[in-house]
Amino acid sequence: MNRSVETMDRYESQSCVPIDSDYREEGKVAWSVQDKLLLGLSPKGYLIQLVRNPVNWAFALIFAIGIPITIGRFIFGLSWVTHSSYDYPWGLFLGFGLFTMVPLSASGFMLGTTVEVFGRDDFKPIERLALLNGLLGYLFAVVFLQVDLGQPWRLIYPMFVSLGPAAVLFLVAWHVATYLSVQVAELVPACSEWMGWPSAKKFIKSIVLGLTIAGIILSTLHQGALGALFTYAPGKVHPLWYSSPFQWFHFFCSSIFAGLSMLIVVSTLCKNFMRWRCDANFLDNLDRQTLGLAKGCSLALITYFVIKIIAIAHDNEWSYLFTGWGMYFVFEIVVGTIVPMIMYTISIRNENASLARVAAAIAVFGIALNRLNTALVVFNWKLYPEIPHWREFVVAITVYSIYIVTYRAVLYRLPILYKWKAQVKVAGN
Amino acid sequence: MDKMNRRLFLKGGLAGTALGALGLVSKNASASSGFSGYSEGFGVLVDLTRCIGCRTCEAACNKEQQLPEPDKPFDDFSVFDEVHEGGQKRRTSEKAYTIVNKYKVEGHDKPIFRKVQCNHCNEPTCLTSCFVNAYTKTPEGAVTYNSKVCVGCRTCMIACPFYIPAYSYSSVLNPVVKKCIMCYDTRLKFGRPPACAQSCPRETMTFGKRSDLIYQGHQRIRLNPGKYVDHIYGENEVGGTAWMYLSSVPFEDLGFDTTLGNAPIINNVKEFLAIVPMVLTIWPALFAGFHLLATRKNVNNQGHESEKK
Ligand code: SF4
Ligand code: SF4
Ligand code: SF4
Repeated sequence: MNRSVETMDRYESQSCVPIDSDYREEGKVAWSVQDKLLLGLSPKGYLIQLVRNPVNWAFALIFAIGIPITIGRFIFGLSWVTHSSYDYPWGLFLGFGLFTMVPLSASGFMLGTTVEVFGRDDFKPIERLALLNGLLGYLFAVVFLQVDLGQPWRLIYPMFVSLGPAAVLFLVAWHVATYLSVQVAELVPACSEWMGWPSAKKFIKSIVLGLTIAGIILSTLHQGALGALFTYAPGKVHPLWYSSPFQWFHFFCSSIFAGLSMLIVVSTLCKNFMRWRCDANFLDNLDRQTLGLAKGCSLALITYFVIKIIAIAHDNEWSYLFTGWGMYFVFEIVVGTIVPMIMYTISIRNENASLARVAAAIAVFGIALNRLNTALVVFNWKLYPEIPHWREFVVAITVYSIYIVTYRAVLYRLPILYKWKAQVKVAGN
Repeated sequence: MDKMNRRLFLKGGLAGTALGALGLVSKNASASSGFSGYSEGFGVLVDLTRCIGCRTCEAACNKEQQLPEPDKPFDDFSVFDEVHEGGQKRRTSEKAYTIVNKYKVEGHDKPIFRKVQCNHCNEPTCLTSCFVNAYTKTPEGAVTYNSKVCVGCRTCMIACPFYIPAYSYSSVLNPVVKKCIMCYDTRLKFGRPPACAQSCPRETMTFGKRSDLIYQGHQRIRLNPGKYVDHIYGENEVGGTAWMYLSSVPFEDLGFDTTLGNAPIINNVKEFLAIVPMVLTIWPALFAGFHLLATRKNVNNQGHESEKK
């Protein structure tokens, strides 16, 4: 309680109050849409607040360079931003944008399952953040895909024009599209509160179990499918990173701790840099929930570690471990799996949420490393290493920055980190 | 409350059925991949012992497929010494559907040449990996490509075990995959050999029914003891290919990948495709069940009868 008063004070010292209900506190005057969009500030006040924030300067710099180059990709073609490699048809846009962002967005279905299916209402305060993290991650994975596709305007071809159902990517396309709509639906309640359309929320509430179960199915399959995509290239991915029977399971299993760890990272950022927007319910429960998520992560990490070892044993690939690639593999496993696993375990035992947060950051790094390794570094291990064109880096950073800015803008406004006031009252009854 | 719960359940079930429809498609997929090529299809047997590296076939291909002017003319043999990324020899590109490379093999004074183009696999991975079905394995044996539906995801390039498909990255509005189609539209359809095969002054390439070529190939090996290694590359590799090779030196010395195995690549993917229908049918029931178990206590606490069995 104290804490929320304190944050309120800080916000007030910036001469405004964060909007968290339909009406202004003084009277019964409703907030206008403009008020809601501008966070209750005057247009001028809003601009001042934008300019004052040094983070925005960094983004401005990135966009000043990156947006023209991103537009250039569509004007001058892919060959202008990439090395146009025939041997490495996939670069950063898919290696990072698709293969890394999708597992990091698995938080939505994980928390949906926990709260809606298993009835763990104690995770409610963080559920919406998990859903949003999922939705935006998928959305921007599709954006990355659009940057990468040779003919992005044909995105819907696999759905309606010409179907290639034997393809794993066909399943990914359908499932990501369906799952995106599921996630939009799951976030309708947050929007409906903010916009003041209670009926939409009611409707979604009535189908939430169905949506959540659909989410579990779709996620299991497409997270796994991203791994299965590499089973088309058995000779090209280094054997230590490749396993026909287990590839999909490696990707699926690692997406569990990837999504949860990303959620811990994002909630930590919110707690530290967006405190004014969080309500007491969110902040007071965060440490306990972080430890709860840490438990999930440690279990998933142990499972992942074991099946990684089983995969090596299954194909009898031990001898590879003593090569240069093997050393790199051990490095990835130690940093990306064992270290976070141990840190998570210690943090749970000592109830040390801060340690779990560090572990989460390392786990997120580990996942990015694993996906980039599979898609780029150890891909074509028999050929030559490929370092993407510098413009490819710039475009990837730009799109990711747009993702962050969008993420932040939504968190500032929708009731994700806080409860909409009217709802608090109803719940109290 | 109870009515509400039953409705929840029903809707959950409905969502499951709708998803089942998505899954059916994938199930068909795993069934359709049992296909093992057209036995009556054509093929080409490339006898690498005959090739002298004159590049006539490259020129013929260029003309037949109306490809752009090459960077170096076809009578320029310095291309054999070109070194590309990572010390690689030349590969197929958007400007060249076929290329000939030169290899120095120990114990042989004369260089050995190898012609490269799409092998027109019996179970092409490019085809099975493409999510818009842009590729077709025709009954005549060619693997053709429909640029009208290609989205440009380039999974086929990832999937081709022979590193064949190229992509016209430089095109802004219509980038497409570029690869050999065995002169399907202009020749093969009419039962005629592809341009390269016909152009070769050394009769390096024998065109015919694939099954006959396999017989011929083994015959040649048998009748010329010591001349060939006893293997037709492509007879069984990745499920068999329409283009096959005879060589006097071990195939790996000529840059052939001899680690691919004989199973079609799609077999690797089947493990995953097999779980798809399972997840689709079992998950909804499983998780709905979990939900009932996990929440029953709460329902009871609220003083409601649990009717959901
Ligand atoms: S060689 Fe490659 S491109 Fe040609 S049919 Fe086989 S998989 Fe497809
Ligand atoms: S690049 Fe085109 S042909 Fe190749 S898999 Fe993608 S859609 Fe199919
Ligand atoms: S035309 Fe015949 S001999 Fe000349 S390079 Fe081609 S395959 Fe070899």
